[in-house]
Parts: sequence; structure tokens; C-alpha cells
Amino acid sequence: MDEIRIHGRGGQGSVTLAQLLAQAAHEEGTWAQAFPAFGVERRGAPVEAFARFDEEKITDRSQVDEPDYVIVQDTSLLEYVDVTEGLADDGLVLVNTSADPEDVDIETDAEVATVDATEIALEHLGKPIMNTALLGAFAGGTGLLSQDSLEAVITQKFGGEIGEQNVAATNDAFTEVSA
Amino acid sequence: MAKAEQNPSDEQEVMKGTSAVAKGVMAADPDVVSAYPITPQTGVVEKLSELVADGQLDSEFIKVDSEFNAASTCIGASAAGARAFSATSSQGLKLMSEPLFTAAGMRLPIVMAVANRSLSAPLSIWADHTDAFAERDGGMLQFHAEDVQEAIDHVLMGFRVAEQVNLPVLSNFDGFILTHVQEPADIPTEEEVNEFLPPRDPEFTLDPSDPKTMGAFARPEHWTETRYAIQEAMMESKDVWAQTVQEFKEVFGRDYTEYNGMLDTYHGDADYRLVALGSICGTIRGVIDEYREQGVDVGLVRPRVHRPFPTEELREALGDAEAVGVLTKEMSPGYESALAGEIKGTLYHAENQPPIKSFVIGMAGRDVNAPEIGTMIEETMEASAPMTFEEQESWPQLREKLLNGGDQ
Repeated sequence: MDEIRIHGRGGQGSVTLAQLLAQAAHEEGTWAQAFPAFGVERRGAPVEAFARFDEEKITDRSQVDEPDYVIVQDTSLLEYVDVTEGLADDGLVLVNTSADPEDVDIETDAEVATVDATEIALEHLGKPIMNTALLGAFAGGTGLLSQDSLEAVITQKFGGEIGEQNVAATNDAFTEVSA
Repeated sequence: MAKAEQNPSDEQEVMKGTSAVAKGVMAADPDVVSAYPITPQTGVVEKLSELVADGQLDSEFIKVDSEFNAASTCIGASAAGARAFSATSSQGLKLMSEPLFTAAGMRLPIVMAVANRSLSAPLSIWADHTDAFAERDGGMLQFHAEDVQEAIDHVLMGFRVAEQVNLPVLSNFDGFILTHVQEPADIPTEEEVNEFLPPRDPEFTLDPSDPKTMGAFARPEHWTETRYAIQEAMMESKDVWAQTVQEFKEVFGRDYTEYNGMLDTYHGDADYRLVALGSICGTIRGVIDEYREQGVDVGLVRPRVHRPFPTEELREALGDAEAVGVLTKEMSPGYESALAGEIKGTLYHAENQPPIKSFVIGMAGRDVNAPEIGTMIEETMEASAPMTFEEQESWPQLREKLLNGGDQ
């Protein structure tokens, strides 16, 4: 089973990112689950969301305490939240930042990858809504999801011009991280 | 249910639990949906309002001023012969309590989805089963879903059994854990549901051209018999339910027929057996796998139906266990958890009485993880009678520091 934990702030689309991860995994023919850390959501407050992929039907409903992958949407969280808590040593933490991995303020034995998802989102969407770019970066960095699956679920969710813009952002981030 | 099922099919869609339940309700083609919002249910009626507005569902969607009115609207609609649906949670279910007891007495087959949530105070929006258990004695059938697929299917099967025995149904699914999860589920089509669920054909309806009164008044010489009739209908509903799960399997291919649909087991003949309701059973299955790999013979018995109570089925499923551990998300202050008490009562006149240890866990959304379930398995293995009242039930997730004035 692959377990993913997303750290973001209310309004940054953490729940949608988890949803798209699960839908894309389902598109690949594996079982998938996504859910938020259930809270009274407030814009700007630290939030978490989770996703699981597995070859077998997923029955575990507990929160993801020992993730294989962590996605950090906002580096301002690093000061307050231990984002790598429980992260597997051979895992990966993907951070939305313009900095290089070695310059990110995270202490972990796991691999650190970075992508400037906000910049990619601004370029394609004209707005700093970076979750689809992070989806592409996650797929590129882990090899768990194909670009075709991402395009399929994004097109289904957004459709039209917004769908196309999001697919473009996803593909850019995918290429950047997998390169 | 086997843990390793077939691959997810193309038929399945990954969607939020509340949306999936709403789409299942749509396939049952209710005539009337009444709606009053409350977390974490709101997504159900919100989605239904969207489906009505988009012309996909031809129902009267009635927005009301309270949950009392949401249930009362269903009573009026159902008494007039309509198929009526609503959904609620927690305080909303409490406000519906009075009209729901009335619906049972009037023998109206209203189906409600209940997204389970704790009751105030302190206010909490998170899941436990306090709300469902507080309505236990009203005369409503009650089911508990383990996953989103069951939450959909229980509503559909609920209409079928409700309309045959003329009693309301509360179809429980855990708030947030199942309402806000995104996971694959088969959404039944209206064509499939038509094959399974005939149009409602009530024997008596309110009709201005043939005036009559329902549920108005009964003197002491009549009331007892109305209540006894509910008890008879409840017991009869077990046979109807057995037939319902069988026909559901034939139409949809999903098999809920174990113990005639009353119980679902996982390694149900193990020496040590856990009992729990709802979504936590999924997490329990994984822990059972781990312990079995280490040679511990432990299994799960999950009541799918809580009312009517699966008395004979639980006697058969638990009677020969070495020990039983009941994990429950409710408790009755001043006694013990209602589920543990009911199971003990059921086994009192059975051939064997295994020792039973109960655990109050997962209250108001407190996450229950695998190591905690493992500890409860180990405590169950050590259970032996006689036990003092203090020994028979524990609260393993208690934060002692908080009780003793700690500030965390």
C-alpha cells in the first residue's frame, strides 16, 4: 500500500488534491481512498488530507500516521508543523517552493524534491492555485501515476478551458520533477 | 466479506460518500425529499437538490425550517402514499426523534440516511454512534454501513424492506469517515433499481376523496396493541430482510447474505472474536490479518443490522468463542455501553456464555489506529469471568493527564 499525507492551508485545495490522487489511481486500475483530516476548516489554517493506493481493496480508515509520501503545499507550515513525522526513511517529501531541495528547512532521511508549483500555476492559470501542478509533480517524482490518468481526471473534474489550463500545469510540473 | 476483493471495476466511480449516497437515493426515485442541513450529512441533501435542479431527479425537494419539520414533512408525504427520504446527523436526529417515533407508530416506511455524529455538549461535529443509539427504541429499523458502497446499498434495501413491513428505516453511516471519504463505489442505475425495488403500493393512504385519520389517538384499551404490532413487524422484518439481501445479490451481484443479512463476519470461527459496528470494522480487518500472521486466532463479527437485533444470529456467531471483545462508539452513562449490554443479554439464555470485555473507543471522531486495536485484541484474550463491573468495560483511549488537570 502507498500512503500519502498532504500538508496545506485551508483554501489551497488539499482535499481536491487528495481526491484527484485517488481518482487518478483508480484510473490506473488500483484501489484508492482519499479523505481530509476532519476539522472545522478555516481559510489559511493548517490542514491535512490523506490518500492511499493499493492492489487490494482498502479497508483501513485510520489517519495516515506513517506515510510513504508527503506533499507540502506551503513552506510557511514548516515552522509550525512536523511535516515528516512518521515518514518512511525511503519515502519522499515533495515541497512547493522555488528553492532547491538542499535549501529546504526539513530534517529527514527521506528524499526531498521541490517544484515551484505556484509559479507553474500562475503561468498557466493566472492564479496561485497550485494543487494540479503538485499532482503532476507527485506523479513525475514517484512514477505512481501516468500523465494520461492525470489528464483524464482533471478533464473530468474541470472540463473546458480551465481543464486544459490545469492539464498544461500538471504536465509542466510532471516533466520538471521527473527530469 | 472477503478482504481481497476483485479489482476495482470500470463501473465504479471515485466520489465523495455523501454524493454517492445521494445518487443511490436518486436511483430509488423518491417522490419527496425533505432537507435541512447539518454537518456531516449536508452533502447528501445538497447533492439531491442539485440533481433535482438539473432535472435528473423528478422529486418534490422541500426545504424546511428545522429537522423536526424535515421528519414531519416525510410523515405527511409518506401518509399520502409517497416514497419519502431525508437525511440528518446528531442534534438533527434528536430534533427528529419525536416525529420519528410518530412515523413508526403510524407505520410509515420513511427512509433516512443518518451520518452518525456525537451529541452536544461539548459541541462536536465528529463521528460516533451516540445519535443512533439514542433512537434505538423508537421502532425504526437500523443498519450500519462499513463502507460507502454499503451506505448506498443499505438505503436501497432499506426502501424495499421498509415498504413491505411499514416501518421507518435509519440507515447509519459514520460521519466524515464515510461521508467525506473519496473511494470507488458502484452507483446503481434507476433501471437496475427498478428490477429490485417495485413502486410503493401502500394499503392505506390519506386521500381527500376518502377521508380518514392516522395515528391520532388511542385509549389504554388500544395503545398496547399498536406497540405490539410494531414489535411483530420488526420481527417479521428479519424474514423480509433475508429475502431482500438475496434478491439484491441476484440483481446487483453484491453479496450481503451472510447470516441472512444480519451479520458480516471475518474469520468468524476464530477463538477470539471482536464485535463492532460501522466503518471501524475496516481498520479492524487489517489488524486481524496482522495478528493471524503471528498465529493469534482472532476474528470479527459485525452486526449489519442493529434493529431488529440479531439475537439468534449472535448466539450462533459468538456462543462458542473463547472470549469476545466489543469495540463500541457509544456508552450509556451510569451503566455500560448499550451494545455490550445488549450482546450480554442476548447470550444470557444461550448455551454458552463467553467472557465479554467491552471498550469505549472512537468517541466524537477520535482516530482509532491499528496499535490501539491490537491492544484491545490482547486484552480480550485475557478476559475471563467472573469480572467486576469495573473490569468488564474500559476506555482505552482516555487521556489521563487531561482528566487530572493537564493542559494538553
